[in-house]
Amino acid sequence: MNFDKELNARGLSCPLPIVKTKKALVDMASGQILKVISTDTGSVKDMAAFAEQTGNALVAQEEVGGEFVFYMKKG
Amino acid sequence: MAKKMAIIATKGTLDMAYPPFILASTAAALGYDVQVFFTFYGLQLLRKDLSDVKISPLANPAMPMPVPMPVMVQMLPGMESMATMMMKQKLAKHGVASLEELRDLCLEADVKFIACQMTVDLFEFDKSEFIDNVEYGGAATFMSFAGDTDICLFV
Repeated sequence: MNFDKELNARGLSCPLPIVKTKKALVDMASGQILKVISTDTGSVKDMAAFAEQTGNALVAQEEVGGEFVFYMKKG
Repeated sequence: MAKKMAIIATKGTLDMAYPPFILASTAAALGYDVQVFFTFYGLQLLRKDLSDVKISPLANPAMPMPVPMPVMVQMLPGMESMATMMMKQKLAKHGVASLEELRDLCLEADVKFIACQMTVDLFEFDKSEFIDNVEYGGAATFMSFAGDTDICLFV
């Protein structure tokens, strides 16, 4: 999947993946896609909750070799 | 209009310092307008230097220990520093942010910190030892924001 920016959140625990996702989205334009890679199991539910509460869209997610990859489209 | 969250932070130990900063930084990331009111021992979390924020195994029976430790051993000199060092290593190993980092993230996200003026007077704290981004006020100052919040927590 194409993306405009990538955030490496490997090794970080709650709430850093969410807080850093929010920070990464700030200087992006509406419609652009942020790819986030996390190793925090909790981030699976948290990313969905973040998207739901902030008006950004979690357009795709996958688990690759124990890592969680999220594609967040800025709202 | 943005949702609002208020937290009253009353504890100054390492373990109890995390919930207010984690919740405040997360809520801010979710678009909440956040204020944290620091009172009594919570004021210690506003110091420029947080190295005195410690954890004690004493009177903390729920704290997981690598080996079972009788209370008589927990009270020996140096145990508190050792427990603090071990906890900090554990936090770092698991990628949990330091208190300083979380506090900075809160400030960056415009979380407002209010320090209880009464506590400052009571313990004769020196305001120059606290970080700059702090407003000093009393319970009424806090209520004017807290009365209007969606979430209000006492930690």
